[in-house]
Amino acid sequence: MSIASKYKALSKYARTNIKTYGLVIIAFAIMFPLQSTGTINNSISGQLVPICTYIVLAISLNLTVGILGELSLGHAGFMSVGAFSGVIAAAAFRDSVASDPLRLLIVIIIGGIFAGIAGLLIGIPVLRLRGDYLAIVTLAFGEIIKNIINCLYVGIDSKGLHFSMKDTASLGMTNGKIVLNGPQGAVGITKIATFTAGFILILITLFIVLNMIYSKTGRAITAIRDNRIAAESVGISVTKYKLTAFITSAALAGMAGALYAMNFSTVAPKKFDFNTSILILVFVVLGGMGNIMGSIIATTVLYMLPELLREFADYRMLIYAIVLILVMLATNSTKAKLITESVKFKIKGVFVRKNKDDSDKGEVTDNG
Amino acid sequence: MTFISNLINGISLGSIYAIIALMLNFAHGDVIMIGAYVSYICTTSAGIPPILSVVIAMAVCTVLGILIEGLAYRPLRKATSLAVLITAIGVSYFLQNSALLIWGSNPKTFSSIVPFDSIALFEGKLIITAESIVTVAVCIVIMIGLTLFTKNGKMGKAMRAVSEDKDAAQLMGINTNSTISLTFAIGSALAAVAGVLLCSAYPVLIPTTGSMPGIKAFTAAVFGGIGSIPGAMLGGILLGIIEIFGKSYISTELSDAIVFAVLIIVLLVKPTGLLGKKINEKV
Repeated sequence: MSIASKYKALSKYARTNIKTYGLVIIAFAIMFPLQSTGTINNSISGQLVPICTYIVLAISLNLTVGILGELSLGHAGFMSVGAFSGVIAAAAFRDSVASDPLRLLIVIIIGGIFAGIAGLLIGIPVLRLRGDYLAIVTLAFGEIIKNIINCLYVGIDSKGLHFSMKDTASLGMTNGKIVLNGPQGAVGITKIATFTAGFILILITLFIVLNMIYSKTGRAITAIRDNRIAAESVGISVTKYKLTAFITSAALAGMAGALYAMNFSTVAPKKFDFNTSILILVFVVLGGMGNIMGSIIATTVLYMLPELLREFADYRMLIYAIVLILVMLATNSTKAKLITESVKFKIKGVFVRKNKDDSDKGEVTDNG
Repeated sequence: MTFISNLINGISLGSIYAIIALMLNFAHGDVIMIGAYVSYICTTSAGIPPILSVVIAMAVCTVLGILIEGLAYRPLRKATSLAVLITAIGVSYFLQNSALLIWGSNPKTFSSIVPFDSIALFEGKLIITAESIVTVAVCIVIMIGLTLFTKNGKMGKAMRAVSEDKDAAQLMGINTNSTISLTFAIGSALAAVAGVLLCSAYPVLIPTTGSMPGIKAFTAAVFGGIGSIPGAMLGGILLGIIEIFGKSYISTELSDAIVFAVLIIVLLVKPTGLLGKKINEKV
């Protein structure tokens, strides 16, 4: 059997998986040598880790918005929790763990755990609400997290970690190092994030999310999305599955946040505001709700778009906004749908007629 | 006395939120900003008297609102609410960046349009600014006017019908498109008023001036119960009071967090807002 026919014989899920993993691996295989040999310019090479983190964020938000069907406007909050717990962990393990990759692994895991806990605490009240009300409460939690971290001061000295909500003086340290400095955020981070780490994190995220979607849990989650009452009546525990999806999504966002923070020397809490949550949501919606590969492609294209529009200087964000509106209109308006349908029909028509002509040649007409 | 002056400041800020909260639209905050800029340019560059500048700002915002509705929202009438939300965000980016290109990123100092002096009571212990009196008065007039309009007028009734059930309203012979356009026109004209009032009280004008009040007003609408005029008023004023009290008694940095925390608690007790109707689910 040839590879092509073997591929066709696979289930739909397996084919989606192969396509999604394949896309990521091929992209990495192309970008990695270019980056390590320095063929691509600095501005793009510096974007590689952020793109990886945003891809993870988009995939994880897609789990909440696309698969679970609940609109979350506070995803950057989980990213923030992961980023700053990661920064603190990195400072705490700076001396005890010498190897950079190992320390990065610890940082990412701790970021994921803390964001997961935040997801649990937020998920319990939030998932009781519906629609616009749920969306506004996730927004509210995102803003609360931003505000709290904005007032958080953390320092480290020989005795361990010190926390304060007032200022650096009240940390009570004699000759320690300040890790989190209120509104200025994390200062003096050692950059340990690498493109390879970003790539591995995307693969792990894909593994978790794709396996979840195509498992019993995933089917229960989509059942709740499509009809909550029907799902409940066949014995699916709505709270349990909603929380599972929400916490997984939060933990993955936290891991991405930790990786993101480890890519910069300073990170301010206001970076993770409402606009960042919206940015991730735009990636998910334009990539297609519930479509994981779509999220990956949309994130890469949209993240690079302002970079590619650099020659338009001041006009680039204006162009970005127009592109965003036009894409939404083209994919969602009824008129645009009718136009694409008729174009599709015409194209199909050309092929069908051609095939008919081919078959006509070989046949003898029997009405003559 | 500081308590009373905080209360007055809170009510005045809340009144602005209430005016904005009448429209549930994510790009609405940026219409406010445009309104404030238009009024600013009219008074400083063209030397137009303040009151007239407000009228011009209202006219500009009305046209802007109708344009936004016609170009960005009308084609999406049958699309999901998420698609409308993302488009609204696109519109919001568009307005902010247009303002950035036209007027630059330097903050403009907005001079108050209110021509009266502050009132000092109790031998100067309690000072009530003229801006807050005008803001509250304008808010009350708008609320009463709108309530009467939607209760009695033909167009107002059509508006309520469309907001309740678009398809049924259309079957009853209501022109839904023109009704929604009218709603946007009124909402945007009021946004211009809100923008001018906001910048009279807090005189720093930058292209992102409108985004935080826009989000707060959205919150106020949800707080009071979506789609109810008294709800928007109540939600807005409570939000303003909580914000000002949080700022002066607890912490300036945490005031937003307190506002949102109160919102969350209220929604957990009353999941459809303070004055919202409970919607029964059909199986």
